[in-house]
Amino acid sequence: MSAILVAVAGLVIFALGYRFYSKFIAEKIFRLDPNYVTPAHQFKDGVDFVPTNKFVLWGHHFTSVAGAAPILGPAIAVYWGWVPAVLWVVLGTVFAAGVHDFGTLAISVRNKGQSIGTLANKLIGQRGKILFLFIILILVLMVNAVFAWVIANLFITYPASVLPVFIQIPLAIWIGYAVYKKNIKMLVPSLIALAIMYATAIFASGIPLMQIDLVQYMGGEDGAGLFGLGAVSTAFFIWIIILLGYVYIASTLPVWKLLQPRDFINSHQLVVGLAILYLGLFLTNPEITAPATNPGAETSWLPLLFITIACGAISGFHGLVSSGTSSKQLDKETDARFVGYFGAVGEGVLALISILAVVTLFANADEFTGAYSSFTESNAIGLGNFVEGAAGLAGGLGIPAGVATTIVSIIVVSFAATTLDTSVRLMRYIIAELGTEYKIPALTKTHVATTVAVASTAALVLIPEGPQGFGSGGYLLWPLFGTSNQLLAGISLLLISLWLKRLGRNYIYTLVPMIFLLFMTMYALFQQVLFTWSWWGTDSNMLLFIIGAVNFVFAFWITITAVSVMTKKSDEPIDKK
Amino acid sequence: MFENMKKLIKFYEEVLSMPHRQEIARELRNEDDLFMLLLYSEMIGIPNPVYYYTLELYPHMIEEFHDWHLRMGMDKSPLNGIRCC
Repeated sequence: MSAILVAVAGLVIFALGYRFYSKFIAEKIFRLDPNYVTPAHQFKDGVDFVPTNKFVLWGHHFTSVAGAAPILGPAIAVYWGWVPAVLWVVLGTVFAAGVHDFGTLAISVRNKGQSIGTLANKLIGQRGKILFLFIILILVLMVNAVFAWVIANLFITYPASVLPVFIQIPLAIWIGYAVYKKNIKMLVPSLIALAIMYATAIFASGIPLMQIDLVQYMGGEDGAGLFGLGAVSTAFFIWIIILLGYVYIASTLPVWKLLQPRDFINSHQLVVGLAILYLGLFLTNPEITAPATNPGAETSWLPLLFITIACGAISGFHGLVSSGTSSKQLDKETDARFVGYFGAVGEGVLALISILAVVTLFANADEFTGAYSSFTESNAIGLGNFVEGAAGLAGGLGIPAGVATTIVSIIVVSFAATTLDTSVRLMRYIIAELGTEYKIPALTKTHVATTVAVASTAALVLIPEGPQGFGSGGYLLWPLFGTSNQLLAGISLLLISLWLKRLGRNYIYTLVPMIFLLFMTMYALFQQVLFTWSWWGTDSNMLLFIIGAVNFVFAFWITITAVSVMTKKSDEPIDKK
Repeated sequence: MFENMKKLIKFYEEVLSMPHRQEIARELRNEDDLFMLLLYSEMIGIPNPVYYYTLELYPHMIEEFHDWHLRMGMDKSPLNGIRCC
């Protein structure tokens, strides 16, 4: 089967979904009104509320939501064969993610640009807000831990990528300074920075001296590390500590100093990455060598597939961006369809190419099945396979294999690092808000909140034991990241359904994805918590058991809340229009 | 073709600079708010030795004053002399 065929089929379904389904949702369900005065006009202040051209807003929205998650999830989920993964990405994007992202944007626009958290307070009450805060807290904690592991893992596997990634930091500070103090336009400096990074990558791929390989310094994989640990464990430990130190500094500095300029450079990388992958795909025309399905899989695809691929099929994280920033900048209400729905489609396009990069990597189906021998193994190797597969596609553009793997790993690290920066900052805000809520004033202090965020991340990422020993078990948290992400999406869909119900409209189109998501999430958690992670389970792990149990309680809580608020009779319309 | 390229680059640059512009505007607004606070510090009980002179700035400030007191959590104008709402 040709990979181009699958890519084209996927893109055509995305296009049809946008053309017909999103139009139907916009006109018949949300009933967007081109004359409605959006918050961007109503509260125009030149800072948060700024009417913005829909294409520009879409660009910003897409670069904010696209990260390493739509790459990692699909690269793991191909364990069940490529057909289930492609189907879930394509159909999930069209019927769930599109509606979710679009809906959170629409509901926020109709409510003064308030965020989903505030709306939870308004529609469900105080209970809703607290529930929401705790779920986001768990989600960002998972994001921090998983992505810290992702970066450490890539640094150890591809030591040539270390130097280019670290060079980005002084370059970003320089751009921040140049733009902020000298008022220089940022396009040219950020492109220069990107060129310097890639030039470093090319040199580092060929010159071993420029590769910062901690494992090699300690005498290879069998060498002895610090504190009686092995070389690989020590390398993981050192990278994770360095990363968390960096994140602490980055998330406490003013955003214009480091975070934003890094975002500029990384936005280019998103374009470069997508261009390399899709051009490579169309130029090399690879065959899909992975099996369509995996009947011999020990772990069933139901329900795990739906939490393994979160970003790229549906992700609660997008609702935070939709309702937090994009809704305050929407020029016309009718633009919500393009920004929200098409933003989700963009993420789907990225997830689709991630799948294709992995399933065209191996020479034949047996090799693929040998590599993806179990679900746990898939979690551990998925990312590396994506990097290798993407480098294979980049080969179609004439990029040498060594350079291509370095550049692809830099792109993935950059995505992960951007997400890590943002989520640590977000976690700090949530800890501060919970501190205010529960009258613990110490938690509202910047450094206290950041310390709590970073320390809990460190504990979470270092405690699980992976096959390479201490510190290498971060991938075990991936299913938990998926479940917390889907819980958040479930809450957002619940709020949208509730809002539509109060307006007296048909809310089946948001209710069905919500029921589906909550069912799959609870099913997956029930299975994993009881039969895998518990002390009588097949793979006992107390830490995962506790977090999983907490997530399960939250999922149950949302379900109870959903039933109680959906069946309440006394709702008066919340929107007179 | 060349025109379209220029348009595309302009669009791309706008996408890039959007969040940054917002951040700069926010920083500026914070500075302005601080300045306002210095001017109207008497209102929250901080003595201001140059209060008499800052009165002269009122006509220039009246537009911004309304937004400022809303941001500072005061729904109605705290000054009788300025009836913005």
